[in-house]
Amino acid sequence: MSSTPRTLYEKIWDAHVVDKRDDGTALIYIDRHLVHEVTSPQAFEALRGNGRTVRRPDLTLAVPDHNVPTTRRTDTAGNRLPIADPQSAQQLAALERNAPEFGIRYIDAVAPEQGIVHVVGPEQGFSLPGATIVCGDSHTAAHGGIGALAFGIGTSEVEHVLATQTLLLKRSKGMEVRVEGNLGPGITPKDLILHIIGVIGTAGGTGHVIEYRGRVFEEMSVEGRLTVCNMSIEAGARAGLVAPDETTFNYLKGRPYAPQGEEWDQAVAWWRSLATDNGARFDSSVVIDASEIEPTVTWGTSPEDVVPIGASVPSPESFSDPSKQVAAAKSLQYMGLTPGQRMQDIAIENVFIGSCTNSRIEDLRAAARVLEGRRKAKGVRWAIAVPGSGLVKLQAEAEGLDRIFTDAGFEWREPGCSACLAMNPDKVPAGERCASTSNRNFVGRQGPGARTHLMSPAMAAAAAVTGRLTDVRELSATSPLRESARATKA
Amino acid sequence: MDPVRRIEGRAIPFGDKNVDTDVIIPAHWLKTVTRDGLGRGAFETVRQDPDNVFDQPEFSGAPILIAGDNFGCGSSREHAAWALLDLGITAVIAPSFSDIFSGNAFKNGILTVALPQEQIDRLTEVAATDPITIDLESQTVTTPFQDRFTFETDPFRRRCLLEGLDEIGLTLQQDEAITNYEIRQQGMTPWLARGTEKAA
Ligand code: SF4
Repeated sequence: MSSTPRTLYEKIWDAHVVDKRDDGTALIYIDRHLVHEVTSPQAFEALRGNGRTVRRPDLTLAVPDHNVPTTRRTDTAGNRLPIADPQSAQQLAALERNAPEFGIRYIDAVAPEQGIVHVVGPEQGFSLPGATIVCGDSHTAAHGGIGALAFGIGTSEVEHVLATQTLLLKRSKGMEVRVEGNLGPGITPKDLILHIIGVIGTAGGTGHVIEYRGRVFEEMSVEGRLTVCNMSIEAGARAGLVAPDETTFNYLKGRPYAPQGEEWDQAVAWWRSLATDNGARFDSSVVIDASEIEPTVTWGTSPEDVVPIGASVPSPESFSDPSKQVAAAKSLQYMGLTPGQRMQDIAIENVFIGSCTNSRIEDLRAAARVLEGRRKAKGVRWAIAVPGSGLVKLQAEAEGLDRIFTDAGFEWREPGCSACLAMNPDKVPAGERCASTSNRNFVGRQGPGARTHLMSPAMAAAAAVTGRLTDVRELSATSPLRESARATKA
Repeated sequence: MDPVRRIEGRAIPFGDKNVDTDVIIPAHWLKTVTRDGLGRGAFETVRQDPDNVFDQPEFSGAPILIAGDNFGCGSSREHAAWALLDLGITAVIAPSFSDIFSGNAFKNGILTVALPQEQIDRLTEVAATDPITIDLESQTVTTPFQDRFTFETDPFRRRCLLEGLDEIGLTLQQDEAITNYEIRQQGMTPWLARGTEKAA
């Protein structure tokens, strides 16, 4: 072992080198592989065609999430309902056939553990600190929230991992995002990461792995860290990381695939040793002042197009980069917005609370706190809450959150990716606007012609209540919930 | 994989910056279980504009695409590479590429060529009327007007492309090194060696 100070990323990398090459690449061992129905069929097909097998089926976990309908999946007798869209049904059927054929553990669409891969991995204790985790999905970066080196891969790489349990990789550069100070009241991890992406830009992290550092992250829940790391890819980074600590260990302890007994103690000792050493060097460093961050929303069609909720829609001329000016003008046209318009005056017709960014129990609680005792505004045509997994859904129901959502006029759905990318029937109609807790506001992402504004669960709930983008802090000041809380105390 | 050495032909002067994979192939095209036929969905939203560059007759079947900064950002869908291939595109020239996209492109035999913006501006000018040649062996992009720009490719990727090597086949030859690693890991971090099988 070298005694030079190393970063968390470097330690995980070094622990997984199978073979180093002269050209600077290395064959890296992959500890955990998550598989879903969209990016795997062609990989299994190729394995079959080449007569290859899966090297370590036990390190692989498959679950359908992108195509599954979020409406009821079983009839009253408990029989599975067919999926209406024949192509979605075909992809699900392919995974259902491929997983057992190659000996892979499969969580089926009606199992209580089913959910979005990036919610399921940590929840099952399948994703662990210090592990290398891959999935054919760019938001795999989320698992960095528990201190794992996790990144998205393409289908050929899925096939490579299935066949060899390794990937040939080039070491990334290290970027430190250091957040100083404290977040103001009502400011959430989502506001923080949207703000960070605004600072770094969508290509600012290209070729890098980001480590998020500072007290804000030390005090953040695992759910919040997963939200932050999830969107690292939106800053162009390969992966995001938060050092594992007591909060992480408490979160993982007792989860189905987490180590137990003596092995647990051994694991915790190793996890503790992974933190970035004093004096370790990052290739670049970005410093953010947490106290400056307001509830943050997007106005355009790139996740870097962010403004504080109190601001106005920017004019293309306000950007110094000429190509950004062109892009901004295009975005504004697509979004149907005029420069100078106040963000808070933008009316929305749809609300989506869900996605691997914001569908964990904490997110649902935050939205429910805003919605309790309130109803969605008249102009809000469609509002859905989609838990990230069946277990999150059960937990939320045990806490009565489902009632708060439905009383507020939300539809309470089955878990899956849903309107995050609109592969299933959950779509935002063309020309309509959606307050969304997902991670991408790309053109057509939530349905052809759909206009997405990204924000936190609390902000999405506030938008549902007023029918326009709203500073949730103003709303809480007059919360009927507080009134009733006061009444019960008295 | 077929070897890739020289790509010669018309180049589509697309030019947009931050072209994400949702633009290259929208999500509703991802419901396929094969790699073929995605060309029909490639750049679907861009092609709704009747004046779009992709549907101009002189660029039909053009093997090269010229794009702006950060091409292929967004999702990891390899369908983006398959869609380009199905359109007949086997090389993309841009100032920069997203990491995941360039990996996916390479694995499908699509060459990604990064050049500075001024050189791309010049190639865009040429592309309007004339063909462009990319030579992987000499790592150059040339035009009929004596322009000659050099680019760099990762040595391993270059060798794979030139020799048409199958990366999985290459890695499988390292079975012994992988097995040795697994034995080491079993000793050092046994809980990582145990996946969906529960601890005793
Ligand atoms: S919720 Fe959205 S971002 Fe997350 S895995 Fe599903 S489609 Fe991808």
